Amino acid sequence: MNLRRDVFQAIADPTRRAILLLVASQSMTAGVIASNFDTARPTVSKHLQILTECELLKQEQNGREIHYHLNPQKMKEIAEFIEPFRKMWDDRFNTLESIMKNYKSDQ
Amino acid sequence: MELKTKINAEDGRQELLIIREFDLPVELLFKAYEDPEIVAQWMGTKVLKLENKNHGGYQFETSDPHGNVVFRANGTIHEFTPNQQITRTFEMENTPFPVQLEFLSFEKLSDQKSRLQMHIIYKSAAHRDQLLQLPFAQGLNMAHNRLQAIVDKLK
Repeated sequence: MNLRRDVFQAIADPTRRAILLLVASQSMTAGVIASNFDTARPTVSKHLQILTECELLKQEQNGREIHYHLNPQKMKEIAEFIEPFRKMWDDRFNTLESIMKNYKSDQ
Repeated sequence: MELKTKINAEDGRQELLIIREFDLPVELLFKAYEDPEIVAQWMGTKVLKLENKNHGGYQFETSDPHGNVVFRANGTIHEFTPNQQITRTFEMENTPFPVQLEFLSFEKLSDQKSRLQMHIIYKSAAHRDQLLQLPFAQGLNMAHNRLQAIVDKLK
């Protein structure tokens, strides 16, 4: 299965996006993360499992506690996902604009 | 530098929105879509056919510098309303990608400014993501780079 696709499925869920936002500020335990949501604890655990499996979150043993923190490298991949496509259209539209500006001045 | 083109692609949806504002009157922006010679220039592709009318159609073809065809696309024009709207399909020939539906809205912002909104509907969310991830535009990009060089020379 395509891991990259999994990442996008992972962030397709609003709760999981909220978890990522929460953990972005500081690493925290599953309990603290769950206390921020009305969702049942096992549901939050399932979300954490998915986010960890696709490497958006990393676990860190801290004494007896496990802290979850964001994996910035993986987050960067998501942000860059659409950039080449955007760049292509931007280049194309820039060309269109400069052609039509010249066209206008030719009139 | 920030890109002037905005892309709105919500997770898990089979659509995509491309938005761009131009320092051009809407009539000139529209002309860049209407005139086959101008389309060829900025799309960096040969325009084999462009029937600007309801129930019309178009076909583009891009060749490498050796003259081999590397990309061919076609579509049906469903609606053609000058300076306002083009609704069309887009299909890349000889690829596994299904046809997509495109709504192009042209909007006047002021006498010298206009906005283009391209709303693209894909067959599925997975197809959309696949298309975005793959270097599908390779053929177009290659030609586009050539075009860029030509335009740069003109400057």
